[in-house]
Amino acid sequence: MIRLEKRPQPSRFYGVASPVFAVIATLIFGGALFAILGKDPIQAILTIFWEPLFGEFSFFYRPQLLIKGAPLVLIAIGLALGFKAGIWNIGAEGQYIMGALFGAGVGLAFYPMESWIIFPLMVLAGAFGGWVWAMIPGVLKVKFGTNEILVSLMLVYVAEQFLASMSLGLLKNPEGFGFPGSRNLQQYPSAHNADLVTGTGMHWGVVAALIAVIFAYVLLTRHRLGFAIRVTGEAPRAAKFGGVNPTRLVLFCLGLSGALAGLAGMFEVAGPAGQVTIDFNVGYGFTAIIVAFLGRLHPLGIVCAGGLMALTYIGGDIAQSQMGLPVAAIQVFQGMLLFFLLAFDLLTNYRVRIGQREAI
Amino acid sequence: MTFTKILTGAVVALGLATTAMAEDKTKVGFVYVGPVGDGGWTYEHDKGRLAVEAAFGDKVETVFVESVAEGPDSERVMTQMALDGADLIFTTSFGYMDPTINVAAKFPNVKFEHATGYKRADNVSTYSARFYEGRAIQGHIAGKMTKSNIVGYIGSFPIPEVIRGINSAYIHAKKVNPDVEFKIIWAYTWFDPAKEADAAKVLIEQGADVVLQHTDSTAPQAAAQEAGNVITFGQASDMGQYAPMPRVSSIIDDWAPYYIARTQAVMDGTWSSTDTWDGIGAGMVGIGEISDAVPEDIKAEALAMKAALADGSYHAFTGPLNKQDGTPFLAEGETADDGALAGMNFYVEGIVGDIPN
Repeated sequence: MIRLEKRPQPSRFYGVASPVFAVIATLIFGGALFAILGKDPIQAILTIFWEPLFGEFSFFYRPQLLIKGAPLVLIAIGLALGFKAGIWNIGAEGQYIMGALFGAGVGLAFYPMESWIIFPLMVLAGAFGGWVWAMIPGVLKVKFGTNEILVSLMLVYVAEQFLASMSLGLLKNPEGFGFPGSRNLQQYPSAHNADLVTGTGMHWGVVAALIAVIFAYVLLTRHRLGFAIRVTGEAPRAAKFGGVNPTRLVLFCLGLSGALAGLAGMFEVAGPAGQVTIDFNVGYGFTAIIVAFLGRLHPLGIVCAGGLMALTYIGGDIAQSQMGLPVAAIQVFQGMLLFFLLAFDLLTNYRVRIGQREAI
Repeated sequence: MTFTKILTGAVVALGLATTAMAEDKTKVGFVYVGPVGDGGWTYEHDKGRLAVEAAFGDKVETVFVESVAEGPDSERVMTQMALDGADLIFTTSFGYMDPTINVAAKFPNVKFEHATGYKRADNVSTYSARFYEGRAIQGHIAGKMTKSNIVGYIGSFPIPEVIRGINSAYIHAKKVNPDVEFKIIWAYTWFDPAKEADAAKVLIEQGADVVLQHTDSTAPQAAAQEAGNVITFGQASDMGQYAPMPRVSSIIDDWAPYYIARTQAVMDGTWSSTDTWDGIGAGMVGIGEISDAVPEDIKAEALAMKAALADGSYHAFTGPLNKQDGTPFLAEGETADDGALAGMNFYVEGIVGDIPN
């Protein structure tokens, strides 16, 4: 008989090793999946993981990794701070949309004026947009005790309606022949979030993500607030006795994660995407939740996890076109990663016992 | 470590060998917005791709990536195809417009074909189909068949393409049934079976016994089947599995002749940037078989209209027509020009409701 037995102490070994085991298990089972589909598993896995980094055209894919990874890391950092404290912002996708709308809205309001001040104003507006959207579940939670998971998630769908409305109405390109979508900010130099060095993929969003990582690391390890976050998550009652103000903590965590998601949206709309369109959001806000957990809610872990997710997206697209793998197989492969991570996480707190329980 | 290096070396060598062998092949890439199994829009584009393979055999190699998000992801996928040696790339969604133009500027020797857009370059063509011709026939059948005089319409996005279809269907339904009323629901998606099914159910609850859809899944067909006594039309693809009821006919996008012709042009070196907008006459828009659920006389009228649209003797937008606000759109006998059709952002007189914005 196989039983699970709770460990007296969480295993340090599995805490560190479970992501590694999860990746290995994903490679094995993912490879088997590819083999069943009649594709060479080794070649498929090499295409996904090797081709973007070291393949013939890595000069193009490496910058793409930054472009794809930066918004994931930026959002995940904010989410992780809240998750550590047991504050569950599931609506980063909505905050990402609102940040993009506020940022692009400010930029487009100035069109066609050229000035250095426009871009910084857009950055502020983007952060503000995300912050405001996250404050709604925040204030409702502290005032009325509503559940922030539900409220923040539902607000994603409200934000999507705003996005559609803006693409079709207020922000629609007046020179777009009636088609939806705003002017392309890539063609508006004062508002364009261009590569800082052409061709490197290094735009302001990447810089912001790096700053956020350092900031979060310092906050968690060196600052009183970081201590409050950790204690609240691990022992809420102890935190209360220790003088942590839960209201302020909820508002801080939701507000910060909202602002970071808003920034990510703003950098995306002004840079790689260029336009406010109905389908602007592609799920970064939800994927960032996976990235946060895959990175063990640790700033450096999140950087690695964000890079890994970006790699599977980019490599997955290459595998689709080069090897004819269906997109569903790639998505199953990505899903396996989280599934195995959660499975191996169990071993941090439990150990597997085979055989009968000893009589006491 | 050494083993990995040898392995990689072998893979790279293998890759180079394949590239060398493939050099005399024309490589054609397809970027799809939905999954190839959507049963509608993307499914038909993929049938066009398979037709290219069937037509040229060993002389072509086709590649595709499905469910590509519009925006930076599509730009990356197109770039990747161009880097991998594609000679011709079809980008099959309106939202790929700016990405297509961006990537085309970086690869002047690769030809691009963008579906349903309006931006062209020396190496970017655009192509679309006159789906509104098919909508005219649907409108006629709908107007004749409805008993409740309520026709439901599932719109995707309020863009000219979709508004044109609503207008065309409404004009021809109204012509044969002055009491007809259109109820329009905007789904804000091209493909989302759950949302589409909900929209269909709401329309049916509101009394619609005809449901037209401008979204790509078969979910509305299933919803209509469940409700019974509701008729539908296949969208983008024949959706023949729902015939004879609820699906009584369909608009079929047939991209195969165009894709084959454009691939041939690249092989011959005669490809040039064009703007193609073909309808029933050229075979880009097909009308799926009208099922026995439709009485013979209505079927005959519909087929007569199809023939007239095909040979150009009848235009789906023929005056006199007013806009919704009562201002004149087309005078007696006047037909709409392509410019007015391409940018259509108003309902015709008689449709109730506002275009959302």
